[in-house]
Amino acid sequence: MLAWFAAHSKLIDQIGINALLALSLSISLRSGQLALAQAAFMGIAAYVGAIGAVEAHWNLPLSLVIGSLCAAIAAALLALPLGRLRGVFLAIATIGFGEIARIVEINVKATGGAEGYANIPNDANTAWIYGTLGITGALILIFERSRAALAIAATREDESAARGVGIDVTAVRFGALVAGAALAGCAGVLYAHANYFITPSDFGFARMEQILVGCVIGGVTSSLGAVIGAAVMTILPESVRFLADYREVSTGAILLAIVLFAPDGIAGLWQRRA
Amino acid sequence: MAASGVNAEALVAENVTVRYAGVTALDDASLRVEPGAIVGLIGPNGAGKTTLINAITGVVRPTSGTIALGTKRLDRLPAHRVARAGIARTYQNVRLFARLDVADNVRAGAFARSGTLSDSEIVTLLERTGTTERDLRRRAGALPYGEQRRLEVARALAARPATLLLDEPAAGMNPAETIVLGRTIASVASSGVGILLVEHDMSLVAAICTSVVVLNFGRVIATGTPQEIARDPAVIEAYLGT
Repeated sequence: MLAWFAAHSKLIDQIGINALLALSLSISLRSGQLALAQAAFMGIAAYVGAIGAVEAHWNLPLSLVIGSLCAAIAAALLALPLGRLRGVFLAIATIGFGEIARIVEINVKATGGAEGYANIPNDANTAWIYGTLGITGALILIFERSRAALAIAATREDESAARGVGIDVTAVRFGALVAGAALAGCAGVLYAHANYFITPSDFGFARMEQILVGCVIGGVTSSLGAVIGAAVMTILPESVRFLADYREVSTGAILLAIVLFAPDGIAGLWQRRA
Repeated sequence: MAASGVNAEALVAENVTVRYAGVTALDDASLRVEPGAIVGLIGPNGAGKTTLINAITGVVRPTSGTIALGTKRLDRLPAHRVARAGIARTYQNVRLFARLDVADNVRAGAFARSGTLSDSEIVTLLERTGTTERDLRRRAGALPYGEQRRLEVARALAARPATLLLDEPAAGMNPAETIVLGRTIASVASSGVGILLVEHDMSLVAAICTSVVVLNFGRVIATGTPQEIARDPAVIEAYLGT
């Protein structure tokens, strides 16, 4: 057991981080916003946390707090001009923001540019990652029983009708985006502190795609589904190494199968009713 | 049901004009809905009935004119603040939260008063509106059409509004369902809620409305009791043409 764990600990850590990312995206998806800047929020926090740890000797908790705060601030600033965008227009604008963030990370000195940023203290162990995931899961469970969760669901279902029953749709959308960004920030800091070394391409569109596909596989509005989807998306590329250059085909094939046969994701298979 | 006593105030719209780029959808329209009254709002298609409801609920902002509930001005408030001020509505095309269950749909209505509802209170609202569905966990979008219309009324009543705006609630209902709907509306009004009823079904309007406002081309062309309206030459002309 211990030997198995030692051999797979990197993968296990990666699953935990990807689960946090999937949960962070599912928060904005629940409010009906297809906002695809999660990888960028992750990157912003990862760099802030890493640079703070290396230059100013922040410990991990401080990196987590300041990193995710910066991601949340970035999301708040982004939400102002994007507040009126819906659907694919929001998706495209947020992908654009992700590209801007990545290019800035490549070109500024502080991040080490395209060569990456190294010597990050390697202190985000499995306990930290799964502790964060556990706390997040507990908070989400509490949240799901609250009135705010109903406000988010109503906003997703019909914005006009939600306003008609007194829900401040603008505030709900803003809150969901910022909360999701803060969580993506936590994942980013943990990622940096679990990998010793980060580069801007770690937080590019490929990462965003992986998070999104994980969420779709799991079922976009289910937390447990998001976690399972993230695990599938982490393990899958490893388990099909024999496909060599065609490895990434498996991601597309799985996505296609889900959309065709289980449009509500894995969660939808046990939730489907009426 | 409490007589919504906290909010027993009249809804007053005065000289409301709504202009969209070049089109005057509503031209200097005024109306008044007292607590407990059922005011019918009728007129040919495109007369501005839904525009007036949208102006009252903050969905569109009037170009000029004032709308108030008692002493509280509504015409510059965003839609969710209007709802919280005590105005609830249903929609011409049913707008439930389709993938949420029956209970959550009714519960969402209580947001307007920052309240919560127990399952038994939800069932009471369903009974009150004639909704026969009792599976609170059923998806609202899966209900038959008439049930969806009644559930929408239940959601609106969950807000305990001072004024309830019903936009063609009988559309698509059969005569028997319409009679039940009429009884529901009358009983809601008798609890002190003011009702503005947009409706094409003149038998329903004649049966329950205390007064009727007739719109044509965005203007109020007549106001009076259902009997007076039925005899009004301007109304007959608007409906039958010349």
